[in-house]
Amino acid sequence: MSTAIGASLNRVDGRFKVRGESRYSAEVPVPNLTHAVVVNAKIASGRIVAIDTSEAERADGVLAVLTHRDLGRVATVPKLLPSLAGLAASGQTFFPMQDETIHYAGQPVAIVVADTIERADHAGTLIRFEYATTPATTLLDQARDQAYVPERIFGGLLPGHASRGDVAKALADADVCVDATYRFAPNHHNPIEPSASTAVWEDVDRLTVYDSTQGPNSVQFTLAELLGLSPISIRVVSHAVGGSFGSKAMVWHHPALAALAARHVGRPVRLVLTREQMFTSCGHREEQEQQITLAARSDGRITALRHHKLSLTSPFDDWAEPSLQSPSVAYTSPNYEGIYHLVRGNTITPTFTRAPGEATGMFALECAMDELAERIGIDPLELRLRNYSATDPESGKPWSSSGLTECYQRAAELFGWHDRPPPRSRREGQWLIGTGMASALYPVTQPVNPQRARARLYNDGTAVVEAGVSEFGTGVFTAMTQVAADGLGIPVERVRFVGGSSDLPNVTAAVGSAGTSAVGSAVHLATTQLRDELIRRAVADDHSPLRGADPAAVQVRDGKMVLRDRPDVGETYADLMHRTFAPDVEVLGTWNPPPQDAGYGVHTFGAQMAEVAVDADLGVVRVRRMVGVFAPGRVLNRKTAHSQLMGGMLWGLGQALLEATRMDPRLGRWANASLGDYLVPVNADAPDVVVDTIEVHDEVVNPLGMKGVGEIGVVGVAAAIANAVYDATGRRQYELPITLEKLL
Amino acid sequence: MRPVSYSRATDVATAIGAVSADPQSAFLAGGTTQVDLLRIYVEQPRRLVDINDLPLNRIEELPGGGLRLGGLARMSDVAEEPELVRRYPMVAEALLLGASPQLRNMATIAGNLMQRVRCSYFRDVAAGCNKRAPGTGCSALDGINRGHAVLGTSDCCIATHPSDLGVALVALDAVVQTESPAGQRSIPIDDFFLLPGQTPEREHPLTHGELVTGIDLPPTPVAATSRYIKIRDRESYEFALASVAVAMSVADGRITEIRLALGGVATKPWRARQAERLLDGAPATTESFTRAAEAELAPAVPHGMNAFKIELARRTMVRALESMAQREGTT
Ligand SMILES: Cc1cc2nc3c(=O)[nH]c(=O)nc-3n(C[C@H](O)[C@H](O)[C@H](O)COP(=O)(O)OP(=O)(O)OC[C@H]3O[C@@H](n4cnc5c(N)ncnc54)[C@H](O)[C@@H]3O)c2cc1C
Ligand code: SF4
Repeated sequence: MSTAIGASLNRVDGRFKVRGESRYSAEVPVPNLTHAVVVNAKIASGRIVAIDTSEAERADGVLAVLTHRDLGRVATVPKLLPSLAGLAASGQTFFPMQDETIHYAGQPVAIVVADTIERADHAGTLIRFEYATTPATTLLDQARDQAYVPERIFGGLLPGHASRGDVAKALADADVCVDATYRFAPNHHNPIEPSASTAVWEDVDRLTVYDSTQGPNSVQFTLAELLGLSPISIRVVSHAVGGSFGSKAMVWHHPALAALAARHVGRPVRLVLTREQMFTSCGHREEQEQQITLAARSDGRITALRHHKLSLTSPFDDWAEPSLQSPSVAYTSPNYEGIYHLVRGNTITPTFTRAPGEATGMFALECAMDELAERIGIDPLELRLRNYSATDPESGKPWSSSGLTECYQRAAELFGWHDRPPPRSRREGQWLIGTGMASALYPVTQPVNPQRARARLYNDGTAVVEAGVSEFGTGVFTAMTQVAADGLGIPVERVRFVGGSSDLPNVTAAVGSAGTSAVGSAVHLATTQLRDELIRRAVADDHSPLRGADPAAVQVRDGKMVLRDRPDVGETYADLMHRTFAPDVEVLGTWNPPPQDAGYGVHTFGAQMAEVAVDADLGVVRVRRMVGVFAPGRVLNRKTAHSQLMGGMLWGLGQALLEATRMDPRLGRWANASLGDYLVPVNADAPDVVVDTIEVHDEVVNPLGMKGVGEIGVVGVAAAIANAVYDATGRRQYELPITLEKLL
Repeated sequence: MRPVSYSRATDVATAIGAVSADPQSAFLAGGTTQVDLLRIYVEQPRRLVDINDLPLNRIEELPGGGLRLGGLARMSDVAEEPELVRRYPMVAEALLLGASPQLRNMATIAGNLMQRVRCSYFRDVAAGCNKRAPGTGCSALDGINRGHAVLGTSDCCIATHPSDLGVALVALDAVVQTESPAGQRSIPIDDFFLLPGQTPEREHPLTHGELVTGIDLPPTPVAATSRYIKIRDRESYEFALASVAVAMSVADGRITEIRLALGGVATKPWRARQAERLLDGAPATTESFTRAAEAELAPAVPHGMNAFKIELARRTMVRALESMAQREGTT
């Protein structure tokens, strides 16, 4: 029986947020606090040959100036491993300030600790560095000829190349081929809260770090390795996190730098990255280029897909966001080849950026599909239906659940797809109107390790439920309150969910759109097991009206255990607990995720449609409306899920039209590292957005049947917009973002 | 942030005296430019003199039908002033299309004219920039310069003047009123903005400590039919890629009066005199508009990424002129 799950419960933390009472990591009051500021390398490649810190040391309020000479060595540099693995999750296989080498602009080269942040910042500008510079590579175009195919990418989790069938033959035999290359500007996450760490040593082996992170445990494990401490010595707390979009999915250098600085000065240290530092300190979506070759029969059936990607990675890691995975299973294609090509450059290792890989890979595929539809002369939606795959084309296994065709259908209804006028036939004044669509796919990734949550029921019938997940704006605390309420059979008002600390039962960092399903499964198991424990006690208790009943015949409603077919017979949890002198009852729930390959293909599906207006003379593109329909499995909270999906769609709009970080290759630095210059959509850009979901039942993925809503909303939007621009103007777009000069 | 001392002046003489006496001091108005630049070490005053208490925020009638806007009047207040909206709609539109409501509530109109360029190298103290550090070269010439100017540039600096308000003001021949220890003076707006030439660090003819006390809008009946068009990547909260301020009157299909200025494409708010000359008395047709726009942009110089701005500016001018002609035709 479920009453809370699915309801549009308002955010349990909403009240604190709008009143400004939520405590972010840079706001936790700590006595005796000092402030650290990181100083970054301005060159992209070379060596520090001299440093003069004397003036900085003399500046007012300065407690310490640390460089590679005095920071001390870290115990181990953890290898890059996506935080989904549940272990130490360093964002790159490199830790700065260990020697004089500079690998990328923005690399930390000094830390200043002072009594105020302003004084620390000022003193940082007084440090004199002398560098010996060496030539740097910061753009793909500078080193295309040095591209290589990595054995594995993504921290070793994915192969660098994959194939099935015989692509060359299929290409030779094809009736129609589409071959296109798409270029993508680098993107940054830009959460509104810059990353911050406050490090407090209570003793030489007792460290608390308040950190803005998607995974307190990831930070704990990473710090343990870096500092050479046991996890029992480290507590990581994340009370509230102001957005992340992947920038806080991995563990970057600032928490360890804060801890090292705090140890050095013997006082708590707060380290807040500046907005500018957010562009060089926690990864980004890498500059990339993707080539798609689609071969098809004249009826539109795809016979081969070749998908190559070329992207820029760091000197340390073979990182590419996995752009090829979702496209490889989007349609029936017996022949397939996907290859990642990498070029090493002077950059921090790129990282997860909302819909990492899918946002770019599906853009390329879905634009090519639009071209194919045109070449064959059929409706783009019809082309997708003709190539719909009822099984995972990679493994041949059935989907655990799909809903894709229903998504197409519903989106088409909501959008009025079938009534759309022919291409380039609509003009309203200066505006050319066009429509476009795309499929959305996002993989369902299972955490590797057991997920845990603790549920404790008090004898007044209220419950506290705990797990180490952090709330970075997704609404997970709210959704967990609902899951727990239904698991226990009590109203949501009687549940308090507590998360955001590594002291709590371990759950994997909330990444890959799998955070809510991972912790949700654990909370579901903890609370239903706790319920069952109380029922077990009741039926075994001589004084209970339920004495001797079959536990399976008992259900709980509003905190009262009753016989399913005789609801007048029963008692409340509180009655039972008072009578048996139980102050509380507690259960630790453990969910063991199924293996990634459990005999099914697991993906989330959706459909995107967009209508744009393009200024015929000035090239300005404005999105007028968007419809996104998704099949994300069970929806825990309609309101927060729709907000996530809508937010994702607006992200897609930004990717399509605005977002680009511009590299100046002469300096090796980003030229627009500010929110004034890196454009994200503002409210005025937000069109009419319709979000809907299709119910699909999924028994494979997890006990609640959830597939996640965090990122699927982004996927396909940019392609739908680009296809709509083509529909309006007859001009194909091969480069993101689509800025107005491309349409002049 | 560099240590800085702060004082608050309540009368003009004290404010001017304080800043004039100390070369390392500066006025602080709304702070929306000043504080940003202080925090990134681009402006390095040791002392800030807050002028927000000076009695210079009024909007007054001038004899003869003009308006005087107090230098400390907020962008938002000026944009809502009914007489301004009626007599000079393009000024109100230019203000409302700038920045954001929060910024407009803080920002003063004198500060708006005095704001510094948005060139990212100007704001990056580790990059060469002739404007910030004369003689260090212009990083934008071969750099990321999509937003940079195509008109009024030099080989020393190609930064676009960012003000929207300034564009409407140059079209109106506004006059900037100032006061310094040497006395008061009136500076025609076109002389108030300097071309970069070989001295891009000099943006205004003001002496150190000279205060902008007000801006006079001369009586300009044609300005009642005027508008400001701003083209940019996103719908709001962004500087112009190209903008046009235009006031025009048409009789019997001919242009009887024209005032035209460009923003987003030039190193100063750009009075389009060449175009005005061609349009004055010409038929109000797309052909005239196109010819005039082309003539105005003939001297434009592209620099890599910003080459598109020449075409964009041309089309934006034609768009603005056509929309005025249509409006004139129907009223
Ligand atoms: C994110 C952002 C977006 C923006 N977008 C736009 C836009 O789209 N269009 C636009 O036009 N502007 C835009 N602006 C600029 C904004 O309009 C200016 O920052 C503002 O008008 C400056 O006024 P202020 O009172 O805050 O000046 P301050 O920041 O206080 O001062 C700016 C400079 O002027 C000097 N100064 C101030 N008052 C006087 C005076 N009376 N006499 C002499 N010198 C003086 C100061 O010493 C300082 O050097 C934007 C600004 C920001 C931060
Ligand atoms: S354009 Fe002007 S402001 Fe920009 S770098 Fe060149 S000199 Fe400096």
